[in-house]
Order: sequence, then C-alpha cells, then structure tokens
Amino acid sequence: MSPLAAGDDGEPLIRWEWISNNLTDDIAEALREHLILSFTPVLLGFLVSLPLGLACARWKRLYQPTLAITSILYALPAIALFVILIAFTGLTYTTVVVPLTLYTLSVLVPGVVDGLAAVPDHVRQAATAMGFGPLRRLLQVELPIALPVVMAGLRVATVSNISLVSVGAIMGLGGLGQLFTTGLQRDFPTPIVVGVVLVILLALLSDLILLGIQRAFTPWERAGGTRRRKTADQAALPGGGAA
Amino acid sequence: MITFEGVSKRYPDGTVAVDHLDLEIPAGRITVLVGPSGCGKTTTLRMINRMVDATDGTITVDGRNVRDVDPPTLRRGIGYVIQQAGLFPHRTIVDNIATVPLLLGRNKKEARTHALELMERVGLDAALAKRYPVQLSGGQQQRVGVARALAADPPILLMDEPFSAVDPVVRTGLQDEFLRLQDEVEKTIVFVTHDIDEAVKLGHRIAVFQVGGKLAQYASPDELLAAPANAFVRDFLGGDKGIRRLRFTQELEAEDDASGQTADTVADKAADR
Repeated sequence: MSPLAAGDDGEPLIRWEWISNNLTDDIAEALREHLILSFTPVLLGFLVSLPLGLACARWKRLYQPTLAITSILYALPAIALFVILIAFTGLTYTTVVVPLTLYTLSVLVPGVVDGLAAVPDHVRQAATAMGFGPLRRLLQVELPIALPVVMAGLRVATVSNISLVSVGAIMGLGGLGQLFTTGLQRDFPTPIVVGVVLVILLALLSDLILLGIQRAFTPWERAGGTRRRKTADQAALPGGGAA
Repeated sequence: MITFEGVSKRYPDGTVAVDHLDLEIPAGRITVLVGPSGCGKTTTLRMINRMVDATDGTITVDGRNVRDVDPPTLRRGIGYVIQQAGLFPHRTIVDNIATVPLLLGRNKKEARTHALELMERVGLDAALAKRYPVQLSGGQQQRVGVARALAADPPILLMDEPFSAVDPVVRTGLQDEFLRLQDEVEKTIVFVTHDIDEAVKLGHRIAVFQVGGKLAQYASPDELLAAPANAFVRDFLGGDKGIRRLRFTQELEAEDDASGQTADTVADKAADR
C-alpha cells in the first residue's frame, strides 16, 4: 500500500512531532544538500554556456551542432546518467552535478545565442559607429540587451534542476529526495509531504529571487510594456521534455 | 574637409559598391549623397569612419588618412546618426546622449549635464531624460540620435537616412529643425538619402550616385536641377518635375529674402507638395 494512502491504518498524513524532532538535522541537512546540488550545476552551466554561447553567436556554424549535442543530452533520462556516472564517480555530488550541468547547458546555450540575436542590428551598428571596440560593445551593449533572455533561461534551468535533484535520492545521492525514500521505506508519509512541500517552496522562491534580480537589472524591460518580455521568455523555453 | 581620391570598394564576390570615387566634401556644410538603392551611397558614407574599409584609393579627413587612425578612435571623433536611431534600449535617454563623452573618459556628471543641454537644443523636453528609448516616438528617438551624435562636439556628422523612418509631417519638422541647428553648429555633415526632395532641401552640395557605385554628378542643388549631367540624373530628378522643383526653390529663396521666415515657409510649402 502506498504510504500516502496510509490514513486508513490510523497513520496521519503529517506527524508534526517528527518534523520538530528532525528539523535541525535531517530536514535542514537535506535542504542544504538540495540547494548545493541544484545551484552548483546552474553556476557551472552558466560559466560554460556564456563562452559557448558567445562562440556560437560569433561563428554561426558552431550553433547547429552544439544545439544538437545539448538537445541529445537533454533527452537522456537523468536516472540513466546517474547510474552510468556512479560507476565512475561513486555516490558523490559529482554524480548529480555533472548531468544537471549538461541539462543547464541545453537551456542556457540557446538562451545566450538567442539573447545576442535579439540585439537589433542597428543598435550594434550604432555602437560600432560611436567607437565601441568589440569587447566593450559586448560587455556594455550586447550582453545587457541579451540579459532578459539569458535570465529567462537561467530561471528555467534552476527550477528544472531543483526538481531533478530529487531523482538522485533514489540512488542515495542526497537532497530533499532522501525524505521521499525515507518515507517510502518506512511506509511513513510525513517525510514525503515535507519533501514535496520544500521542493515546491524552494523552486518558487528561487524563481522569484531570480525574477527579482532580472527586474532589478533590466529596468528598461518594464518601461516598454510587456510585449518584448513575453517573447524573451518564450525564446528561452527548451525544445524537448526533461528526463 | 573630407576628400576621396580614386576610392573603390570591391567585395570578394566581385560586386563593386563604389567605383573610382573622387569627391571633396567641404567643411561646415551639408553634403548630400543621393541615389537609388545599391548605388554605393551608404558604403561611401561608411568608408569615412571605417565601418567599411576601401579596397583602393585614399580618404582623408582634414588632411589625415583615415587608415592611419585606429577605428574606435576615429569613430569617437565623428558623429553618426542612422535610420532607426540605433539608440541603446537599455540606457536612459540622457545616458544614450552621453555615450561618446563617457567613452572618451569624461566626467559622468558633466556628461549628463551636457546631455540635458543638448536635449533642449534638439527640441526634447528635459522630462524625457530618465525615460527609455522604447517610451519615445520615432521622431523623438531621431532627435535623441542627433543629440547623441553631437554630444562629444565632433567636427563631422555622418547621417544615414536619419529621417526616412518617420512619417512625412514629422520628417518635415525634423528637417527644418536640423537646418536651424546646423546654422548654429556649422558641422561638416555628410547626409545620405534616397529622397531627391530631401537632398534638394538640405544639401549645400549634392552628389548623385548611380547603380554600380559611380558618381553621376556633384553640384549645388540649383546646378543639378538646371543642368542634369546625364539621362540617369534627369530621370532620377523626375524629368519635368525637376524643373518645377527648381522654380519652387527659386521662389522660396525669393520669399526668404523678402520675409525672412525660413523654416515655417519651407515646412508649409513642403506640406503643400
């Protein structure tokens, strides 16, 4: 019988005393791990995507092959990648971080490329004509204009990672997913409910914070109404489904 | 003064954009490059600030070969206005205008103060200073474009169809104010347009280009209208209409001499047409 349907046995959906007993060690530890395991791939993915995206924008021939590779990686089920990597990296953070970094790439590389493509040609021309060198133009004109699309990609990648980290717990790879396995093994729903709620809260909160950062850094986006922001968000949506 | 000596631009695929161009552009005046699309007028303009490098020949600005100056430095000394204004969408109006002074390392506060003065000069309300380009109309954006090009007080202004993207009424207003502004600043202006009426209205000298990048005629508006150099120029001027234009401009000059109301009269006449 599924633990969530265990109410018939007299087991309540939530035992509050379990939460208070385990809050500071098990739950807090799982949350901390979950944060590390979700955000490390976002950061690494961003650091790799930026130069890769810039290269694809600069040498357009690179883009299609790069997109093909990252899309194939995106299509691989997370659990399969975890299993394969355990053989090499064991039950470590690396086993989770590597696949999630690859997923992040598949969202962020197109984000960077599309963001740069969204810079109007006349703006680029004007910057050159006013005496911006290539690097200064990139840093002061092109990247700031690309930022909304890149940030939209970053938000998708972050939320997707937060959800995928849970899968790693099945292999014993930490995070809030451990609460699911604990609950399942002991036929005890409380940890499962706590895990689900925390994963959802974490995803919502992270997205809100990133949205706040995006808005703080792109005041011009709101000045022009919603039209352009909408297209930016659409451009960042990944093509395929997650693992 | 800007001079072109035997300047050609040939692309690797064999297309000749500009063919053996000799041209002297006088200082402190408006010189208009006009012609149908594909005639090389924009390429010619862009060779001045090295957005395009000539394949042959020499271009000098005040006696100095543009090839001897590194492009960003050269460009910071030459104002540039383009059709869609090319404003930076992520910067406020005042910061857009202050772009080149800031690139030149000027003090930020002074650059902004100066930008506000320029806004007034091009007829923009100072209340727009903190807005973003997307919040402005096309005509206002063009004014910002002009203010931005003037911000570092460059002796030369390159303008590539700056008024083509706005509606005719706004265009007429912008042209008139542009002429008034030029009376004050007396820049060396190279102005590209495909519109012969605009060329006649604004140009002190007009260079008519024909397809294949050849200079068909280089003359004052009066000379051009009175004596087109060849059939292409006559056609481009619009045949008989050219004669009418000549009469029209002469009437205007007579009226100006009599009444002195330059801008309003030109605007009215242009609107009547």
